[in-house]
Amino acid sequence: MATDIIIHDKKDNVGVVVIEKITPKQDCKCWIMEDDSSTNIQSMDEIPLGHKIAMTDLKEGDTILKYGHDIGKVVKSIKKGEHVHVHNVKTKKW
Amino acid sequence: MEIPKSFLGYKRENGRAGTRNHVIILPVDDISNACAESVANNIKGTIALPHSYGRLQFGADLELHFRTMIGTGSNPNVAAVIVIGIEPKWTKRIVDGIAKTGKPVEGFHIERTGDIGTVMKASKKAQEFVMWASEKQREECPISDLWISVKCGESDTTSGLASNPTVGNLMDKLEPLGVHLCFGETSELTGAEKVCATRGATKEASDKFMKTWSAYNDFILKEATDDLSESQPTAGNIAGGLTTIEEKAFGNFQKIGECKFIDVLEPAEEPKKGKGLYFMDTSSAAAECVTLQAAAGFNIHLFPTGQGNIVGNPIEPVVKLTANPLTVKSMGEHIDCDVSKILSREMNLSEAGDKLIETTLRVANGRLTCAEALGHKEFVMTKLYRSA
Repeated sequence: MATDIIIHDKKDNVGVVVIEKITPKQDCKCWIMEDDSSTNIQSMDEIPLGHKIAMTDLKEGDTILKYGHDIGKVVKSIKKGEHVHVHNVKTKKW
Repeated sequence: MEIPKSFLGYKRENGRAGTRNHVIILPVDDISNACAESVANNIKGTIALPHSYGRLQFGADLELHFRTMIGTGSNPNVAAVIVIGIEPKWTKRIVDGIAKTGKPVEGFHIERTGDIGTVMKASKKAQEFVMWASEKQREECPISDLWISVKCGESDTTSGLASNPTVGNLMDKLEPLGVHLCFGETSELTGAEKVCATRGATKEASDKFMKTWSAYNDFILKEATDDLSESQPTAGNIAGGLTTIEEKAFGNFQKIGECKFIDVLEPAEEPKKGKGLYFMDTSSAAAECVTLQAAAGFNIHLFPTGQGNIVGNPIEPVVKLTANPLTVKSMGEHIDCDVSKILSREMNLSEAGDKLIETTLRVANGRLTCAEALGHKEFVMTKLYRSA
């Protein structure tokens, strides 16, 4: 039951940390809400509660999908397991 | 869970029901605040609603001012109203607007009398009103008398994961029972606007939403100097893990569950198409948004937060919920409903929705919210542009 990361939609390429933090090289249990399935990932960074982890390698220009929808673009390449936030992702609006 | 079919509210002259029984002292304008506050200080059990505007406004901005003033006084959570303004004409316009509800209302203007004489006259009337209101009793009212507004604040990713969907679950369960519902925050739907538009119950509602969103977006683009990285998302949102406005928008949008909106309201506009969900064109700033929703007649507010927004409203009780365990731990005195067990999967969404319904009904029946107990009374008028 316990989970470290929650993923909204199976199309998503990021998940959200739901424990106080995950540490580098931690084997994390992930729960995908949409179809109640599970997966695993090894983290590369320390990532705090509420912050996102890349579920796959992402290159500059790629679209971040969360809730199954476009939430912004990659501006600096990201490896699977790395922290995804304002340092490597930007809005496509405004 | 069997949802209760009624709550204990205050029945008003116009058929609406209140969850509170306030006697308010409403200043028409900024310079009448001192007088209103003196009256509220003299007469215990009344509250003054000081604010910053009401002079030299014109056009749509002035209309919004009147709509907000009249709507606030007309809200069923208000038993009676004292209106105080500098000049007689605008004071009377607000008094006449509120009087249509049938509730006791009286206006006083300060010119040719001065503060001291006005405070004396208004205090005598306020005493009469508050003693009259104190005899009002709560009576059984159908749950459809609840008008529930929602707005989230200091959001983080736990909002989109859990606390906002909890509100959505409540909406899905209460909408069939005939309640009125309202969401807003026009700019915070940016990125999710096309998906939101598909949730219009009619093509007319969808088109009206897109027109409203586009107008707000054009205004933001016109005024923005560089980008909105300091404002949307806020520093608090970013600390909580939200990266872009699009991410915030999809999280925000979880609050309406599977419901469809039947109409799009102007700021502070009273819904007129009966029960169901409405979208209101509002700012995404907490106090501004709740003030507009209260002025439209909503009598209880649900406020999911991530990092811990502490807002309250003088007339509409604001129920806070959060799914962020750190917020529960560090700011527990602000949280009416803790749904953080969703994240640890010890609670499912439907259980969280039931817990929120239970909390909402307890507050509707009279339990103070955290914000009320802590004295949060943020009354913030929305101003559309500079005065003349």
